[in-house]
Amino acid sequence: MSPAGPQRDVRGGHAAVLDIVDLGVALPAGADRPFAVRNISLSVNAGEIVCLLGESGSGKSIIAQTVMGLLPSNVHATEGSARLLGDDVLRYTPEQLRAVRGVRMSMIFQEPMTALNPVMTCGEQVDEMLTQHTGLDNDARRQKILAIFGHVKLPEPERIYSSYPHQLSGGQRQRIMIAMALILEPALLIADEPTTALDVTTQAEILRLIRQLQREKQTAVLFITHDMGVVAEIADRVVVLQLGKLVEQGSKLDVLQSPRQAYTKMLLDAVPSLDPPETVAAAASSEAPVLAVRGLCKTYISRNWYGRLREVEAVRDVDLAVDRGETVGIVGESGSGKSTVARCIVRLVDPTAGEIEILGKPMHGQSMASLKPLRKKVQIVFQDPYRSLNPRQTIGNAIVEGPMNFGTSREAAMKRAESLMDLVRLSAATLKRYPSEFSGGQRQRICIARALAMDPELLICDEAVSALDVSVAAQILDLLAEIQQRLHLALLFITHDLRVAAQICDRVIVMERGVIVEQGLTHDVFTQPQQPYTRALLAAAPGRQFAFGHKQGPRLAGATL
Amino acid sequence: MSSDLATIEAVPVTTAPGVFAKVSRNWSVRIGAAVLVFLVMIAIAAPWMGTVDPAVMDGAVMNVLPGVSGEFTLLDGHAIKHHFWMGTDSFGRDIWSRVLYGTRISLVVGLFVAVVSLFFGSLAGLCAGYLRWVDGILMRVMDGLMAIPGILLAIALVAAWGASLTTVIVAIAIPEIPRVTRLVRSLVLSIREEPYVEAAVALGTPTWKIMLRHILPNAIAPLIVQGTFTCGSAILLESILSFLGVGLPSEIPTWGNIMAEGRVQFNQFPHNVLFPGIFLALTVLAVNMLGDGLRDTLDPKFNKRGGVK
Repeated sequence: MSPAGPQRDVRGGHAAVLDIVDLGVALPAGADRPFAVRNISLSVNAGEIVCLLGESGSGKSIIAQTVMGLLPSNVHATEGSARLLGDDVLRYTPEQLRAVRGVRMSMIFQEPMTALNPVMTCGEQVDEMLTQHTGLDNDARRQKILAIFGHVKLPEPERIYSSYPHQLSGGQRQRIMIAMALILEPALLIADEPTTALDVTTQAEILRLIRQLQREKQTAVLFITHDMGVVAEIADRVVVLQLGKLVEQGSKLDVLQSPRQAYTKMLLDAVPSLDPPETVAAAASSEAPVLAVRGLCKTYISRNWYGRLREVEAVRDVDLAVDRGETVGIVGESGSGKSTVARCIVRLVDPTAGEIEILGKPMHGQSMASLKPLRKKVQIVFQDPYRSLNPRQTIGNAIVEGPMNFGTSREAAMKRAESLMDLVRLSAATLKRYPSEFSGGQRQRICIARALAMDPELLICDEAVSALDVSVAAQILDLLAEIQQRLHLALLFITHDLRVAAQICDRVIVMERGVIVEQGLTHDVFTQPQQPYTRALLAAAPGRQFAFGHKQGPRLAGATL
Repeated sequence: MSSDLATIEAVPVTTAPGVFAKVSRNWSVRIGAAVLVFLVMIAIAAPWMGTVDPAVMDGAVMNVLPGVSGEFTLLDGHAIKHHFWMGTDSFGRDIWSRVLYGTRISLVVGLFVAVVSLFFGSLAGLCAGYLRWVDGILMRVMDGLMAIPGILLAIALVAAWGASLTTVIVAIAIPEIPRVTRLVRSLVLSIREEPYVEAAVALGTPTWKIMLRHILPNAIAPLIVQGTFTCGSAILLESILSFLGVGLPSEIPTWGNIMAEGRVQFNQFPHNVLFPGIFLALTVLAVNMLGDGLRDTLDPKFNKRGGVK
């Protein structure tokens, strides 16, 4: 193999397209560790998908940025080499890098909206790639672009060509990104969490598309993800990272079914199983439900500048009830209205119509003042732990704020805060600290403590574990289950993650475009879904043929690979 | 889901570098602050820095050039030995003394205009941003205020109320208020959507407490930055008003007044305009450098949450 020159021919052989040896990337002084990643050796062969698997902070994105030459200016690769088709990209000048990006290697990102230029049509953006790297004339370029748009299964390529990114759906935008990345047929494709921002059904389509295109062109793919399910769907080989160190690598089956390292085992164990535990229908209690919602509707009305009304029905005719000690899940994709239901119940938004009763007392139609005593009964934990706590308020003050609003003295509230910190397993000594000193999982515990400080009857968790790493999410779910048993709370759990719903919910409600399509006992819904939409959701759940770490799984035997 | 619940780390994971440490590492902040501290010291120590009463005229020493030593006759007829560092003006007043005492006026005007406009602007901005029903009215009033050129409005206000330090400060602060209001309103509009504000609503926290405890503290960094820029432009505006003869009375030593008197004789005696001009430029530059540095370190747009992804 000669050290320079285009080497498209090596793809046919066994030579690795990307060969990373002993890579080390130093962080600037003052960072939490001296090296973002160190002693990383891995290779990606032609026609192979290698998954880089790791939790947040594992340095998996840093590896991608190093190879692409996209590291932030204060972070540098200081050790090792990364050979792309034989050439060390770490030694490339910016000009050389620019010349090979898109041609020999390209990248797709997590958030297609921010990766695309909002003021250029999609066609023009792909066209830019071609003008940059090829000598094709206008007509030939346009033909090529329309062809690849068709190839990534975008409907009406002509229309998409002249559409702006905001006019397309998230899945379509990601298809544009893929088209742009693959149009020059690079030898290496780096995909950095390309499906994390997408709904499960869209995710399944995109994964299938990447798999298919990669097989056709024999592209080497470095696929970065934190999602075990995605790994099970798409990987040939898996590389597991933890805090910048390579923990384990091997074929997908080896790593997922017989992991050698404790960390990998822990990760696999933390993935909730899609098989809900067998539950029996609780005997109908004579007690009134903690929460009863009847005919809930929420319509957003906006008026554009010449006065025409635009109505969006976010939620239509939702009925639901949650009993004491019961966990009810609402599952659905983005735009299904599941969060709007939660926000109506907490009265962060006013429902357009319908009745909401808490312990038999009406929550709807109340003025803000008469609502106050009822607010105590319903508390909510939000998705993003980084935005759920006021950065300028100590966590102690955050936890005592609610009780003090209802007349508890500061001393008494602080005492209670200490016992609550104990309940969520944080040290009471940290009450005087600010949120920035805590990790995401710890912050979510604080949010739970803040909600519990009100002695609520109903706790709503709005995607409460979606932003967390699997291992942390598993701990929070355990904590919630334990708290619920101890305090006999009613829990309304809103999630897009079917695995989470399967494990924690007694009953699930499936929502699609603002309406409930199906509801029932979790086990029934997951094993015998009645509605096509529910079936589609379940079928799209990534890695469903795997029973990660849960040895009970009979699916393991029948796993198709 | 078999994790051992008892083994959860309860120790804080990160200790972010303090805001003060980060700000004090910025060179723009360092230089700006150093110059300002120097100016404040000059302003305080003016009486002991070889100055005389800045209002006293001595007909014997008119239009003395800078650096000349001579005698200066005080009000009581007493003559003292005096070194004219910056010369004298056409009325025989010591420019060194006038420039030094003028520093006091400029700094006081800058500081108070910033404080007054930030206070009222924040109040109006918080109300407009959080209480949607006052938004329309309040912002149209602010739009109206902004439609009048700031300097024109200030001139009119000083003319209406009579010239004094207080009226000049108020007159300069009023045109600044709409700018602060708009800034705070836009900040409030984004902060009010944060989940921690919604959590506070769910906790039954009264509206005024949400505004003061959850929203205002999170808008403070851009406010400080805006405050420094307001301070700089207020110092400049005060000088302009004085220079035009519509600010503080001409016997009060302000840099604008000194320059106004020196303007006529600028060809023969440029030092009359030069020295106060240098001080003015230096002060405004220092304040703006401080503001730039603060913006670079405090503004969330320049200061994203770091760390390894």
